[in-house]
Amino acid sequence: MKDMQDHPLETPPEELFGVDARALERLRARLGEEAAGAGELDVAYRLLDSPLGRLLVASTERGVVRLGYACEGFDGVLQGLADAVGPRVLQSPSRLDEAARQLEEYFEGRRREFELPLDRRLSTGFRGEVQRYLPSIAYGSTISYGRVAATLGRPRAVRAVGTACATNPLPVIVPCHRVLRADGALGGYVGGTEAKRSLLCLERHEGL
Amino acid sequence: MRTPFEHAVARHGAVVLRVCRAVLGPGADAEDAWSETFMAALRAWPELAEGTNTQAWLVRVAQRKCIDLIRARARRAVPRAELPESPSALGLPGEDEGEVWRLVAALPERQRLAIAYHYLGGLPHAETAEIIGGSGASVRRAAADGVKTLRRRLAAAPEKEEPR
Repeated sequence: MKDMQDHPLETPPEELFGVDARALERLRARLGEEAAGAGELDVAYRLLDSPLGRLLVASTERGVVRLGYACEGFDGVLQGLADAVGPRVLQSPSRLDEAARQLEEYFEGRRREFELPLDRRLSTGFRGEVQRYLPSIAYGSTISYGRVAATLGRPRAVRAVGTACATNPLPVIVPCHRVLRADGALGGYVGGTEAKRSLLCLERHEGL
Repeated sequence: MRTPFEHAVARHGAVVLRVCRAVLGPGADAEDAWSETFMAALRAWPELAEGTNTQAWLVRVAQRKCIDLIRARARRAVPRAELPESPSALGLPGEDEGEVWRLVAALPERQRLAIAYHYLGGLPHAETAEIIGGSGASVRRAAADGVKTLRRRLAAAPEKEEPR
């Protein structure tokens, strides 16, 4: 590979050998669709605009596996998925049409529960137990970390419940935002406390 | 490779499209070669050794896909001695910057391939020589001659479109 350095000509001026950004976009979209259709992807994902900023939603053949906030850094989110699921990761928006539709309805206050197949492989151990429990907290209501711990029969595992919420791979869809501190303070949130406050306002019909 | 394949598409998609267009012309064949290159690369991605030069690897895959397409094209049509110099109906109207690719298509084959694999694809001249024949030095010369001709013709072209 040493003579890769030994380039006889100047770097090709990209403006001379122009490649239309739209042509590339179209090709990339087609690749995502074809690869997903052929079952060649470990992870298909899509970026969505929401009232909480840009979101990344990812799914496997089994279901939605990850929702990421922009503040988490999408590159890191994708690398995490490549590590945990597999590196054949591509944007394939149509694979996530249904998830996108339900999220949009939720943010508009027209949906209270998600009906999506979920891939829970990122939720393991006690964290997984907590994360699987969270959807039973009703829309518009809240519960304390301690109460969740007690409900799961581990009353002293309050901190572990907090960690489970903070590492929820599917925020919004799995409503970790409904878990607060015992004194009513918000507690942390993977998307930032402002996002948590916004979601709770939305669910109290105050809109976003 | 453990990195998400999407990064490879984002980083090298344009280079691979340039290579395919230089080899196959500005039309749909180049786009098909691009798609087949990335589909094949996607399948092989998890097994690809860390530290591999991804661009060079993709250009090699693209080279094989281009050969496949040229063979398929030869089977379904009588080959022509020269590619059309007039605006090609193969191009996607309004969607490509056509001019430069039509001029590339009009270059002698050896210059075109040297430009594709060496100049645009970044393969070493010695490796390009293994693909297209001749010596490394002649590859270097063919690419340089081709680019010189291109620049001259682009400068001479009346009403050349402003590249984006």
